Amino acid sequence: MPSLTLLGQSLISGLLTGGLYGLLALGLSLSWGLLRLVNLGHFALAFLGAYLTYQLGTVARLEPWVSVLLIVPLFFALGVGLHVVFVRFRVAEFASLLVTFGMTVIIESLIQWFWTADFRRYETAYASASTRIGPLFVPTLEFLACATAAVLALATWAWLRFTYVGKALRASAEDPAMAAAFGINHRRQAFLVSGVSAAYAGVAGAYIALISTLAPAQMWAWVGVVFAVVIIGGLANPIGALLAGLLIGVSESLTMAVVTPAWAPLVSFSVLILLLVARPGRV
Amino acid sequence: MVPQSKIRCLAGVLASLLVLAFVTGTVAAPSGKPIRIGSTLALTGPLAQTALLHKIAGEIYVDELNRTNGLLGRPVEWIVLDDQSKPDVTRSLYEKLITVDKVDLLMGPYATSAILAAIGVAQRYQKMLIHNSFGMPHLAKYEMHFPVNPFGLEPNKTVPATVFDALASTSSPPKTVAVVTSKFPSTQFISAGARDVATQRGLKVVLFLEYEFGTRDYGPIAARIKDANPDFLWVGSLGLDSNQLLEAMKKLDYMPPRHLHLFPAPGPLATAPDGKLALSTTDFEEHPPFTSNPGAARLIPLFHERATKAGVPYIRIDAQAANEFAAWQVLEAAVNATKSLDDKALSEWLRKNRVDTLIGRLRFDGPNNFGDDLTKVKQVQESKWVVVWPKEYAAPGARLLPP
Repeated sequence: MPSLTLLGQSLISGLLTGGLYGLLALGLSLSWGLLRLVNLGHFALAFLGAYLTYQLGTVARLEPWVSVLLIVPLFFALGVGLHVVFVRFRVAEFASLLVTFGMTVIIESLIQWFWTADFRRYETAYASASTRIGPLFVPTLEFLACATAAVLALATWAWLRFTYVGKALRASAEDPAMAAAFGINHRRQAFLVSGVSAAYAGVAGAYIALISTLAPAQMWAWVGVVFAVVIIGGLANPIGALLAGLLIGVSESLTMAVVTPAWAPLVSFSVLILLLVARPGRV
Repeated sequence: MVPQSKIRCLAGVLASLLVLAFVTGTVAAPSGKPIRIGSTLALTGPLAQTALLHKIAGEIYVDELNRTNGLLGRPVEWIVLDDQSKPDVTRSLYEKLITVDKVDLLMGPYATSAILAAIGVAQRYQKMLIHNSFGMPHLAKYEMHFPVNPFGLEPNKTVPATVFDALASTSSPPKTVAVVTSKFPSTQFISAGARDVATQRGLKVVLFLEYEFGTRDYGPIAARIKDANPDFLWVGSLGLDSNQLLEAMKKLDYMPPRHLHLFPAPGPLATAPDGKLALSTTDFEEHPPFTSNPGAARLIPLFHERATKAGVPYIRIDAQAANEFAAWQVLEAAVNATKSLDDKALSEWLRKNRVDTLIGRLRFDGPNNFGDDLTKVKQVQESKWVVVWPKEYAAPGARLLPP
């Protein structure tokens, strides 16, 4: 029987890992839900953001938060640029999966060409820092990632719910023809969503650089679990993405602590299948 | 009577001819149709980090061959395809190398799963396959495969035995052991053996965990190790698993007194603060007695130069690059001895002869063509790997340091 300390520590670990899942899922959920684009390239952008954070930190000696200030507008512009391409070639929902898969492979190859396939680790003084609460430890960077995910999810939720742009985006996603009849310019707003989504990938990437070890192929390790999080959380549902991330993170972590780590990858898809069986109209 | 001056003149001409013949015979540039040697490597995918070291080593060796006599006086062309770290892709590419590219000889890919896939293809076409990173000898039954990495026939027994011998030689040998391993085939196989060997030696195995290759979150695994609190942690790791696990344990303010990592990324672990005094296994490190080998003296600076150019963070040669060099040395020795490219003739010769390589004298006359287990134990000391066991292979002045 696992000790209470082990269970508590695993719960903390799962919550914080789940926050990072939620952060990665946020942009993907927005582009899929509001633009009907299944953007696999989101993972490539996140890793590009991670490598840029690494490069700026290790070569230019910039603090990570300064790097993020540079990466966010850069990635926003990149997201807008990508959407120009999608619009120009009329990329539909299913085709977007294939197009962005190709884009991911290209970005992965570019990353490998520039940074090589070797592991990269962004060493910081606070990489292993944690705060002690009784017998439990809360890792600082993971906590910050989780807090960032919560802040961005709440802010995005409020933006979609209370602002004119947010309401217009939701209306366009639900019934584009009717929204257009009310004078909503969906095309212009789509560029905004694409930019925001890419910027979120950049933020997630900065945390990946700080928390994980980087290798180009590792971007694929996140695809399955984050897709599960997006579907469980509901498309274009920022709070849902965060909560689903936490749910998957905690489930994986407790499985690792109580049963065996080898079973952890089964958790996200088991939860997803259960949910789709219980609520088949989820996607 | 021939005048003395004429004799001197004749001797001078003969000597000049001899020197000329020697010089042209030894350093003549290879000519003719190139000998094509085909292989795949994991140039992309999760094994790419380590496969890159093999690619650099292989390229250096081929360049050095071509700089001198090539093979049989012909230049050597190495065709390397990217198997993407996937055994199924490896299988298809070896088919292509044999049937489409029609290579003369094969060289093995990197890592157990890919090698197993390549052996199947080599067997179908009766091609010889020399490889250098295969961890499950009992599965390789093809008579024309030649394993260069010196694990011996039962690495699940002999590798842990060497490690536990090293630990037993210290003043405070461990009493409890935790074994945590990736499910990657070779690491899992040897680590499961470590659990059995530990039990046989009367050590208490307080934890045995397996995790998926590519695990992202090591927090819960670290928490379980901390909960078990072993004297010695055996990590059946591949690549950066070790760094991530050590970091996760440090975040819990915990570090086991001793820890061994089976196949870690050598650079990141040696240079990480958490990697201090970490243990691992090897068959070559950049210090005497290994560097006393004349081949090593020539290849080490070349490797440093190429690895730096390729942006590799840790440029010292360890078992990975050394095994790749050794594989090419074995191929070169067999071709030169038989003066042939015939797979059967080469295999026949290799089974009957021993080959001096960078990592030692190799033989292939044991079951499944495996020879001796030449595993050594190394430790991170002052951010560098140094061999500490067996004592006769230890770096000058080095010994297994206590925690």
